Amino acid sequence: MIEVTHINKTFGKLQVLRDVSFRSEGGTCMALIGPNGCGKTTLIKSILGMVLPDSGTIAVNNEPVANGWTYRSQIGYMPQIGRYPENMTIGQVMEMISDIRQSNQKTDEDIINAFSLRQLYNKRMGTLSGGTMQKVSAAIAFLFDPGIMILDEPTAGLDPVASEILKEKILHEKAKGKLIMITSHILSELDDLISHVMYMQDGNLVFNKDIETLRKETGEDKLSKAIAHFMKKTDR
Amino acid sequence: MKKIIKYILLDIVRNKIVLAYTGILLAISFTVFGLEDNTQKGMLTLLNLVLFIVPLVCVIFSTIYIYNSSEFVELLLSQPIKRKSIWLSLYTGLAGALALSFLAGVGIPLLLYDRSATGITLLIMGMFLSIIFVAIAMLASVGTRDKARGIGLSIMLWLYFALVFDGIVLFLLFQFADYPIEKAMVGVSALNPVDLARIMVLLKMDVSALMGYTGAIFKDFFGTQQGILVSMVVMAIWATAPLLLSLRKFNRKDL
Repeated sequence: MIEVTHINKTFGKLQVLRDVSFRSEGGTCMALIGPNGCGKTTLIKSILGMVLPDSGTIAVNNEPVANGWTYRSQIGYMPQIGRYPENMTIGQVMEMISDIRQSNQKTDEDIINAFSLRQLYNKRMGTLSGGTMQKVSAAIAFLFDPGIMILDEPTAGLDPVASEILKEKILHEKAKGKLIMITSHILSELDDLISHVMYMQDGNLVFNKDIETLRKETGEDKLSKAIAHFMKKTDR
Repeated sequence: MKKIIKYILLDIVRNKIVLAYTGILLAISFTVFGLEDNTQKGMLTLLNLVLFIVPLVCVIFSTIYIYNSSEFVELLLSQPIKRKSIWLSLYTGLAGALALSFLAGVGIPLLLYDRSATGITLLIMGMFLSIIFVAIAMLASVGTRDKARGIGLSIMLWLYFALVFDGIVLFLLFQFADYPIEKAMVGVSALNPVDLARIMVLLKMDVSALMGYTGAIFKDFFGTQQGILVSMVVMAIWATAPLLLSLRKFNRKDL
């Protein structure tokens, strides 16, 4: 469960989030979409406690995010641009995270196996390509089998095979009743994944609807067309 | 938190700069004691070198290290770990590594050549200065994302404590030479940890007579048990206050 109530955030003079509120339960897979710089990543980082909102509150599984930290054990986060210590190898990073988390639960190594990451374990993070870095981020996000997945442009930079593997994995996790939040600019690939759509513009949350309602309202079957329909309407 | 400190220490050791720093300190200390027949003279030379090099290396290395570990910090922040533990681990790792390398680099030669109270005072003060300047580096680097600005600020702070502060004190001394400000000087010396360290070691050396009337006042105050206690407390405040301020800022920082 993620509950965001009336959060605002400004960076200098720029207001990036304006009174954003929503609530999502497990079992939903929502797409967070909107133009570049509309505040998607800031919203995600606020949920993770990396960005501290100026006002408003956020709760994850009823635990307030402000000054909290244990709630992060229930979130798997895949950043848009992964940043890792450059002089560590993939294996060392994975080992370090498992070591620091001290989780006794079974780890989910599907992604590591599917991407054959083990063969790259002695490569240094600084030498990796963008796509391989994304694979590592995905592996870390899914590793501890968290109840909430937050994926910031998960397929950007991945090759078609890898992004198909990742989509399969997301579908699989959704079926388990997890709460999944995805941002992406490639709307066509979201069609068969998501159940809800959140549309943001200039820091405002324009709407938050389930996909069936959206399809009915716009009369379009494809998400990309439905969103285009909506964008045109707001332009006018 | 122990595990994070472990990874930071491993990284610092792998970095080899701290090992080179230990080597340089060892080389300097052995050379100084080897050149002078009189260990007291050697100690004086070593004191001046330590007061110059230790703050410089600690503040610059720590600032650059903190900036370079921004990825590491970001990675840990998305994990269930308190912000406080991440920041304090960074401090503990850096302060521990630099204080230990000072202890080894200066402590071993001192143990061989001069096992006097002066030597022990120099060691304690050097370790204090190491952790104080790590704390100052944490404060300098938490405020800005711009690496060049952060490192610049660190260099400015070092210049202030190593050179500018003494200039200001000298200026004040000359300006107010007609007034009895000797007692006030005791208070002023607490404002700079480098000066405080210098006074503490010099007073143990019996050369305080060279410092004239002010020296006598210093001896009256810092020579006593109470004075030593007060200066230790002041040094401890210098080591914790910048750290706590930086922690406050880090807790409110957007990453």
